[in-house]
Amino acid sequence: MAPEPFQRVLDAHADTVVRYLTATLGAHEAQDAFQETFLAALRAYPRLRRGSNVRAWLLTIARNKALDAHRARQRRPVPVETVPERAAPADDEGPGGSALIAELTAPRAREVLFLRYAADLSHREIAAVLGCTEAASRRAAADGLTALRERLDPPPSSEEGPVTLP
Amino acid sequence: MTRTSTLIERAAAEGLLDIAYAPVDTPLGPLIAATTPRGLVRLAYERDNGGLDAILDRLAARLSPRILEAPERLDATRRELNEYFTGRRDRFDLPIDWALVGPFGRRILCAAATIPFGSTRTYAEIAGTAGSPRAHRAAGNALGANPIPIVVPCHRVVRTGGGLGGYTGGLQRKEELLRLEGVL
Repeated sequence: MAPEPFQRVLDAHADTVVRYLTATLGAHEAQDAFQETFLAALRAYPRLRRGSNVRAWLLTIARNKALDAHRARQRRPVPVETVPERAAPADDEGPGGSALIAELTAPRAREVLFLRYAADLSHREIAAVLGCTEAASRRAAADGLTALRERLDPPPSSEEGPVTLP
Repeated sequence: MTRTSTLIERAAAEGLLDIAYAPVDTPLGPLIAATTPRGLVRLAYERDNGGLDAILDRLAARLSPRILEAPERLDATRRELNEYFTGRRDRFDLPIDWALVGPFGRRILCAAATIPFGSTRTYAEIAGTAGSPRAHRAAGNALGANPIPIVVPCHRVVRTGGGLGGYTGGLQRKEELLRLEGVL
């Protein structure tokens, strides 16, 4: 049986793909990556097997397009002293959740949290996108959230101990 | 430009938009028009064909699932239909894609397409024009399966005895079309 009309795929998943790409790339680059994602999806679509998880399939493509964009950015000369490993996402979002996630140093945790919170994927779907196990996805998410919590609410250091009155 | 219209343009430029469709409102009710890069391939009475989803599902199965809603690709179709229904057009100048029609059906429908606005022919006459004078019953079936009604005017084919015969969109619509053309 043929896959369903592509318009339905677009209607059902365009917003998710936009949210994910905006979180990982920023609003400006997300536009191009959205086009690249859906053109690549349209090209491959007739070969997609009936019963496939279309959302996970689309996010796999979107993730590859985001990685392409990151690599292209790293090749471009950047007129600043230090080249950030990861550019700041979503210029218009301020220091929101995706900006915090982008600053995580563990790449797997970063990837998992973007897919979990920007694309709203289940750990089963994330495992399919990243080619890892569901357990690994859960672990990376937990580690990432712990790291974020420590950033937002650092444990008290010894210098900031309880104030003692003279 | 919205992200969808950009996608439609790029998909078409790269040969990835196999079917573009758009809704068309007419006095006979809502239609779904679908075109391939070659021409108009389907004009469906939406309510008689199970609704939009069912119409698109059949196009996906028969032709290609690379289907997007792209009204701008059907501007000419919508304009000509509008002119037809408001009495400002008596023939359609739209390229047709016969992909949904077999060789016999295509001969019959092409014969029907030569009937001028405001005239009728019988099933037997159409079968004769198509080169199969004894196949008037098969001709009736081919006309009943016309994927592009109105534009391919199967409504202009009637029974020999003066009866209207059948119609893909229901007899009432056939009457309305013939009335619009001044036949009834």
